[in-house]
Amino acid sequence: MQPTPCSRQRFVVNGRVQGVGFRPFVYRLALDHALSGFVQNTSEGVVIEVQGLEDGIGRFAVDLEKQLPPLAQLTSIQTETLSPHDTPETSFHILSSSGGEGHEVLISPDVATCPECLAELRDPSDPRYQYPFINCTNCGPRYTITRSIPYDRVSTSMACFPLCSRCRAEYEDPLDRRFHAQPNACPHCGPRVWMISATGHAVSDDGPVLAEAARWLARGKILAIKGLGGFHLACLATSETAVARLRQRKHRFGKPLAVMVPDLASAHRIVRINGAEATWLSGIVRPIVVCEKKASTLLAGDIAPDTDSAGVMLPYTPLHHVLLDELRGLLPQGSVPALVMTSGNLSSEPIALGNREARHRLHSIADGFVFHNRDILIRCDDSVVRIHPDTANPVWYRRARGMTPSPVFLPRSGPCVLGTGPALKATLCLTKSDQAFVSQHIGDLENLETYGFYKEIAEHLQHILQVEPQLVVHDLHPDYLSSGFANERPEEVVAVQHHVAHIYSVLAENQCTEPALGLALDGTGLGDDGTLWGGEALHVRPEAASYARLGHFMPVGLPGGEAAILEPWRMARSYLASLGASSPSGRRWPWLDNFAPADGVLGQMLVKGVNVPQTTSCGRLFDAVAGLLGIAERIAYEGQAAIRLEACQDLRVDTGYPCSWIDKEDRCVLNTLELFAAVHRDWQAGEPVGRISRRFHLGLSQGLADWVAALADRSGVRIVGLSGGVFQNITLQRLLVPLLERHGLTVLVHTELPPNDACIALGQAYYGQNLLRCRDVLPQP
Amino acid sequence: MSFPDTVLLDYGSGGKASQRLISELFLKHFDNATLNRLDDAAMLDLSGPLAVSTDSFTVDPLFFPGGDIGSLAIHGTVNDVAMLGARPMYLSCAMIVEEGLPFSTLEAVVRSMAEASRHAGAQIVTGDTKVVPKGAVDKLFINTTGLGLVQTASPPQGDRARPGDAILLTGTMGDHGLTILSQRQGLEFETPVQSDSAALNHMLLDLVESVGEVHVLRDPTRGGLATTLNEIALQSNLGFVIEEKAVPVSDAVRSGCSFLGLDPLYLANEGKAICIVPEDRLDAALACLRSHDEGRQACRVGTVTEDHPGKVVLQTPIGGKRLLDMLEGEQLPRIC
Ligand SMILES: [Fe+3]
Ligand SMILES: [Mg+2]
Ligand SMILES: [Zn+2]
Ligand SMILES: [Zn+2]
Repeated sequence: MQPTPCSRQRFVVNGRVQGVGFRPFVYRLALDHALSGFVQNTSEGVVIEVQGLEDGIGRFAVDLEKQLPPLAQLTSIQTETLSPHDTPETSFHILSSSGGEGHEVLISPDVATCPECLAELRDPSDPRYQYPFINCTNCGPRYTITRSIPYDRVSTSMACFPLCSRCRAEYEDPLDRRFHAQPNACPHCGPRVWMISATGHAVSDDGPVLAEAARWLARGKILAIKGLGGFHLACLATSETAVARLRQRKHRFGKPLAVMVPDLASAHRIVRINGAEATWLSGIVRPIVVCEKKASTLLAGDIAPDTDSAGVMLPYTPLHHVLLDELRGLLPQGSVPALVMTSGNLSSEPIALGNREARHRLHSIADGFVFHNRDILIRCDDSVVRIHPDTANPVWYRRARGMTPSPVFLPRSGPCVLGTGPALKATLCLTKSDQAFVSQHIGDLENLETYGFYKEIAEHLQHILQVEPQLVVHDLHPDYLSSGFANERPEEVVAVQHHVAHIYSVLAENQCTEPALGLALDGTGLGDDGTLWGGEALHVRPEAASYARLGHFMPVGLPGGEAAILEPWRMARSYLASLGASSPSGRRWPWLDNFAPADGVLGQMLVKGVNVPQTTSCGRLFDAVAGLLGIAERIAYEGQAAIRLEACQDLRVDTGYPCSWIDKEDRCVLNTLELFAAVHRDWQAGEPVGRISRRFHLGLSQGLADWVAALADRSGVRIVGLSGGVFQNITLQRLLVPLLERHGLTVLVHTELPPNDACIALGQAYYGQNLLRCRDVLPQP
Repeated sequence: MSFPDTVLLDYGSGGKASQRLISELFLKHFDNATLNRLDDAAMLDLSGPLAVSTDSFTVDPLFFPGGDIGSLAIHGTVNDVAMLGARPMYLSCAMIVEEGLPFSTLEAVVRSMAEASRHAGAQIVTGDTKVVPKGAVDKLFINTTGLGLVQTASPPQGDRARPGDAILLTGTMGDHGLTILSQRQGLEFETPVQSDSAALNHMLLDLVESVGEVHVLRDPTRGGLATTLNEIALQSNLGFVIEEKAVPVSDAVRSGCSFLGLDPLYLANEGKAICIVPEDRLDAALACLRSHDEGRQACRVGTVTEDHPGKVVLQTPIGGKRLLDMLEGEQLPRIC
């Protein structure tokens, strides 16, 4: 006899519940509690109906939230009590998905190979031994292989691989680890790898392809390897010549190259790793983690020549695991198997994703290609993070693979807004109720290819989220491609100033709706007065969608516009001109060796104001100091001058330079000129650069803290949000935050998005939501 | 009769002083039968499709390496007419002079105009002069209007570019813009720069007649090559791919621009043309252009495509494709 059913309950669950083993989990849970009913993916979300004894349903409801599978994440559960069915189901069923509009279910980010799959991968008796595409519901590709929702095999690039009977059995068994694992595959039915030389010849070898690839790498060759979100360019990270050749061919000089090692033990041999770093390195997101290099590192010197740190990651796909295992076997005892794994692109283009595209674009860089036939549908670069040494918070440099499309949760629900982002390090952001979906890192919007990628992602995000923006928010700079993109759209469009967006972004991440001070320390962004901002103290009131510029750095010239950003010595020259120095006195300017003719013209430009826009940028102050100290004349990548300046600090010094502030009309100006003058005096006196750099960092931090505290007192605000690319400078964060807290201020920083321009789109979207809310509240004129 | 040292308000009064200015300055230099009649209007006998263009010239300084406001006022208008495949024949000339301008300056400008129009083969047949009080204009403004007979049944026009067409330039970019900027600001470079101001009508007429099919002719004046190409791309609704390496820029302009942080592709030219011709006329077009002094450095710089309509793409030496946009205003840094 069946027990008399006493109750029936319906749950509608939303969040990250697709392709993460959620339905089998519900199935097992229902079996555990002796419930009948069903679970189904629907357009409302995952619908569960259970029928059985009341306390069984009660325990089911508790476990549903408490025992979630590792990748699942719930954003809402609605429950409803139904009248029990007269003829109860005999068991619990997993029903097939019903498609439809308005999906609330999220696609999961791509997930690093799980321990179970890794064990199978290394087990010679397993049918998937060394199979580079092994995965299960707890791991594997998601976002990068999914064309549309719902997340089902047919809407992924696995659609063209019919499951063999073995794989199908796993796929259909609710108690199997591969139940409804959409990318499930095995050597019989799944994708395969192959390798060709740069000239297009198939690499003929009896052994497995990845063993051959490892041999090429061990010999110092450069390979283009198709990965998860695009191609990597790989070479031996311990070989000076291989690394030099890769830099030469890729036209990438100075900028750090990421390194992949097989495991934590190998990572420990090249960089210092603390607990938090180890957790990130081996977690499911598996970003590139920027760690401190060991003094006796085995890495080639040119991996990250400007800094004491190096970006390291562990394998995150089975293909990487097999490749590095093979490589380990080829190298002599005592060496570290370490590969440079840098985005497979030409400088400034997006990462290549198709086989033919990669061959076309990378043939002048790579000696050979490792291809596979599982299409990448959505490009996604590796994420890059640094762990704050004091707080253990992540400081993101790039947020992409493993993170996208996880949302940032906003303090409130609101209409859908699209933020079109900045020009460099572009991302887009779409909001859906109280969630903000920030795209993966797209790159610098200068190139047609990158712009194409950007437009593709705009469309893709809108499609998988099933939203229609009510408002599009873009940067104030009229010549950004992202502004042009906004203006070509049919929706209503508004512009918001770059640094205002920075501050709205950090407030959004911290779910702050209260008035706050914003300190934006950044490169350059167009201000509402036509000058270039970048060292700003703003008073922001999200509820009113308003801002006021309370203060800024001392304005100086940016002689030659973009040229001054690429040649830091120009900024030194500009600060010197502001101090009244038009020629060297006492000590010869370091750039006169290489830039004498340009210096002559620059002097005239500064006097006559020819192409010398005014700027309050903080990044340019770092450039000026680095330029004067002779450590950066022309930069090879963004931020290089500041990175070198930070790296050369002599930490034994404990007194900073003075940096006060001055009231000028309605603004409070940080006297950064006074700070630079002190740098100049010490430089004239022949002080070592390390000491000057440290004093500069200390002085700027103290000056900023006192200035912000004074502005906070005046405006009666106790919250300070920090944003802008300069906060990638860990020294400044470490010095400034405690000083602000000592003034009794609550400090908000970015922990979900990079503080650089990758966060602009979120700020624009949050600003837009607030703007629409204000309109609803205030009567329209 | 001699003139005082500077131009007085009286010269624009319509009285005797004006008369003297007209006969002893303008008629003397511009000398031609139509103008000499001094009727209220010039009588012209033209038939067929006409090309008309007008332009006002306000350049500062008035004299610069490679030209002056007078020759510029002729070249600018003559070139605009020629861009329609027309033979510029007649010109008007209206001057607004600031009181106190040295008379010698005015005469030098008029002399230069006369010479430029003679060289271009176009007569100045009507004109006007106003003298305004000090400060009402800056020294001297000139307006010219040009009139020409279109010489071809299918005149070059901005919407006639076709996919596969070759894009040509008749010479180096940025010379005029950089020269004016550096002269105005008194900047000195190691290697001096010079304006390219020149009349292109003889060369372009030869091109239209000898090559037959010329789809587009346009002079990249204000806003430079980048802006002008964008205008044409929009008019034709086609994409333009420009090979960055192929765009000729003189060493002096290149180094001057690198010092100033300016992009020569956005700087004005006054003696250059963009020519868009079918691929199979490319060699003929280049041979024709290069046989003229103004076109010695003519070269192909790009191709018209169906991809990315309305956009101009710069193919960079390392293989990237940069979008060469029309700017909202001046060149403001976009990098952060
Ligand atoms: Fe920024
Ligand atoms: Mg005109
Ligand atoms: Zn797994
Ligand atoms: Zn199979």
